[in-house]
Amino acid sequence: MNKLKVFVVLCLISTFAYAGGYRVSTQSNKQLAMGHTGVAVVNSADILFFNPAGLVHLENKLSVSAGGFGVFSDVKYQNEDFGTFAETDSPAGTPVYLYATYKITEDFAAGIGVYTPYGSNVTWPTDWAGSHLVNEIELSAIFIQPTLSYQLFDSVSIGGGPILAIGGVEFNRNASRTLTDEQGNRSNIAIEDSGVTAWGWSAGLMFTPSDKFTLGFNYRSLIDIESEEGTATFSNFPNSSLTPDNGTTGFTATLPLPAEATLGISYKLSDKLLLAFDYNRAFWSEYNSLDIEFDNGIVSENPRNYKDSSTYRFGAQYQALDNLVVRAGYYFDESPVRSGYFAPETPRNDSNGYTFGLSYQISPKFAIDASVLYLRFKEITESYDFYFDTGSPVAAPFEGTYKSSALIAGLGLTYNM
Amino acid sequence: MKNNLRYIALLLAGVAIVGCEPEFDNPIEDADTYTSGEADFSKFVTVGNSLTAGFADGALYRSAQQNSFPAIIAGQMELAGGGEFNQPLMDDNLGGLLLNGVQILPNRFVLASDGAGTPVGPAVLNGTPTTETTEKVTISLNNFGVPGARVYHLPAPNYGDPAGVPAGTANPYFARFSSSNSATVIADAAAANGTFFTLWIGNNDILGYATSGGVGVDNNETMNVNPATQGSNSITNNNVFAGVYQQLVAAMTANGAKGALVNIPDVTSIPFFTTVPFAPLDPTDATFAAQIPALNAFYQDLNQAFVAFGFPERQVSFSMTAASPLVVRDETLVDITPQLTAALTPSFGPAAGAIAEQFGQIRPANSSDLITFTSAPIIGQLNQDNLTRLVNAGIPQQQAALLSANGLTFAMQDQNVLTQDEQDRVTAAQQAYNNVIQQLAADNGLAYVDARAALADVAAGGVGYNGGVLTSTYANGGAFSLDGVHPTGRGYAFTANVIIDAINAQYGSTLPRVDIGNYPSVQPSDDVQ
Repeated sequence: MNKLKVFVVLCLISTFAYAGGYRVSTQSNKQLAMGHTGVAVVNSADILFFNPAGLVHLENKLSVSAGGFGVFSDVKYQNEDFGTFAETDSPAGTPVYLYATYKITEDFAAGIGVYTPYGSNVTWPTDWAGSHLVNEIELSAIFIQPTLSYQLFDSVSIGGGPILAIGGVEFNRNASRTLTDEQGNRSNIAIEDSGVTAWGWSAGLMFTPSDKFTLGFNYRSLIDIESEEGTATFSNFPNSSLTPDNGTTGFTATLPLPAEATLGISYKLSDKLLLAFDYNRAFWSEYNSLDIEFDNGIVSENPRNYKDSSTYRFGAQYQALDNLVVRAGYYFDESPVRSGYFAPETPRNDSNGYTFGLSYQISPKFAIDASVLYLRFKEITESYDFYFDTGSPVAAPFEGTYKSSALIAGLGLTYNM
Repeated sequence: MKNNLRYIALLLAGVAIVGCEPEFDNPIEDADTYTSGEADFSKFVTVGNSLTAGFADGALYRSAQQNSFPAIIAGQMELAGGGEFNQPLMDDNLGGLLLNGVQILPNRFVLASDGAGTPVGPAVLNGTPTTETTEKVTISLNNFGVPGARVYHLPAPNYGDPAGVPAGTANPYFARFSSSNSATVIADAAAANGTFFTLWIGNNDILGYATSGGVGVDNNETMNVNPATQGSNSITNNNVFAGVYQQLVAAMTANGAKGALVNIPDVTSIPFFTTVPFAPLDPTDATFAAQIPALNAFYQDLNQAFVAFGFPERQVSFSMTAASPLVVRDETLVDITPQLTAALTPSFGPAAGAIAEQFGQIRPANSSDLITFTSAPIIGQLNQDNLTRLVNAGIPQQQAALLSANGLTFAMQDQNVLTQDEQDRVTAAQQAYNNVIQQLAADNGLAYVDARAALADVAAGGVGYNGGVLTSTYANGGAFSLDGVHPTGRGYAFTANVIIDAINAQYGSTLPRVDIGNYPSVQPSDDVQ
């Protein structure tokens, strides 16, 4: 129990960044090494996240899997027209996961999973060229998912469970491109909230027509993180009735953690080699606008207009030695951000992910899992076209060229009894 | 097992180092993205007046200096080989100046509100300034902009001697950083040994005359060519300008430096002259409307006299349905005080002369008159001096008060109005100066910056930028600070872009412009005196 507490604490302070929107696909070292496929891959307790229907297929009575990652990401911005440039200095993110499953009968299993599928941490230099849009953002969400799995027919299993999501946000931006106090300090608005809870669910189906072929489907529901108890801090505003007062106030805002559907297959080419393919569809179109209503009457409307986006994942694993499994994968991740809505708070475009990893069996019960993901982004010139100076009818697009990279490395431990 | 873990660690470390640094195809941080062409931006030195210093809102203050056009250009030059750029920064953001602990110059203006979300106008920011004239700036400087300097001040010895500040023979801003009490601005600037310079001087040589409503002398009419006796509120003689300006260019180019010469904008580009309309008397204002019958009744006799004496254009009447022009005194008009005295004597007896005196050279303002910004607060107000004068002449108090309303019965005086004749003098000198500047730019292979044309664009409908339109409308046009004369940070950024364009055109450099929407306009604050 103490260990669980430690994990929860770790998750709450953890920060991450990468991938389309603020989805962070790091829910298993084994599966990340295979391009984060897994809806039809039964390797370990990690299947609880990828497809609850797979729990019942685990061979061991008790399976536990835990791990974490270091996310090292960096974004550069430049605008050749004006000679401005900036680079993020985001702290390393540390997403983690823990799954435990227990086979109650041959065709009935239960488990619990704790994982962190959403997050973002982008830290630009304070007062940089885009500081009216964001100086710093930190989103985190931890999902806790009790799960049941049942073998419905010989070749069909189902599974699912409720999700308790606990979310937190910190966001800091300057009030406008130019407003300062009398001393010349940029006027700033910061919002903060933590421990926001919301409910959702996950459900899956697994079809195993033969020993070699598996087909899986998983759906995770939309979860709206509705922030109502947080505090907003207005600082460095001038002493004027023409501008907001300094001090703290409340705010309300809703951040959607969008639904996601995954359809995938795996095929055992031989006893040693397994191939997997997943198709993800993330329903980002839910994210229309980030509207923050402050209790002091100010409303900040920030159109996002995300679109649903797909990810195509390919993975392979190979039993190289009796005690060594090696894995590799690739995925193509479509950005949900439309042209003209490219805000520096989630400066991500389409990316190609290259993954590698291995599992090493230390003892009959314990295995170490390791994985590496290198995310490659193309350089992109884009703009956010929906910023207006106060009182100006003319939008002031924030344009520039972005180049991002992210490297994620993880270690995990698997226990089977 | 141990070895395997080591390999894993090595792999992770390796990829972490290689993979985590994104690189642009053309990173602008690299030296070769922007080029200096035939110019050398390694040491940038700027010389001039308040515009070069970054003066705004009636004061020189720190954040405005940081947005001075030289500082903005220096920032862009850094992308093409430019070095650091030091300015004689004030100690605070208030802008007032002390001399031996006593405040000699006021704090800056801010935009005050009524406390309920509506702006009411400029007010002086509250606070005690900390910048002391006698405390020398000791760092080596790049910006030699001296607020208030005229062309002939730059080579004038002792212009930076603190001892001369109280008497007005020296400039407190230059006294802060002059290399010695006898130093000249131009010699100090030349000694900085810049590889590139800007020179923008001459604005005050006409502006002092213009903002004082033309009360000073035009040294072109008096043909005074002595730089030492040009006087304040005057127009500097064209030959004085040409001679001194040539000397300044020679000093700055003696080491082979390249640079840009900036010309003199029109006074009609600035809100100081375009904010107060010539016909501001609005009958929808109930207080004014209530006075109209009495005013018109009073002018009835005078108007008959104007017509009788052959000056029907001087007749005054106030409309109940449209805005009426101010009554102004025009010293170029034939003075008909004696005739008016005779005409008014039947009604006013011995006091007629005192009344006639204030109407001898009046006329309604017309669209060619420029009313100064500083006149706005006195319009329609009681002129106490005139009231006293009339009462002393024996006019009853109530009648005297009626005859002492600024702009209605007591005409706006010479210092309130820049008439067409006065504007013509200013324009003639301005054109002569600009011809000199353009010629010297051409002769020396220097960039010529047509600030006049650029600011005329701002005044004529405005110039669009990313997020708005920059106009010369007072307070909310964005281009001009609350003193109505000097630019805002945004206006200076626009100016910097104009100069950058001219430098690039002359020298084949590729300095990028700045995004002027990122520079501040006027500062709101209710923390006012």
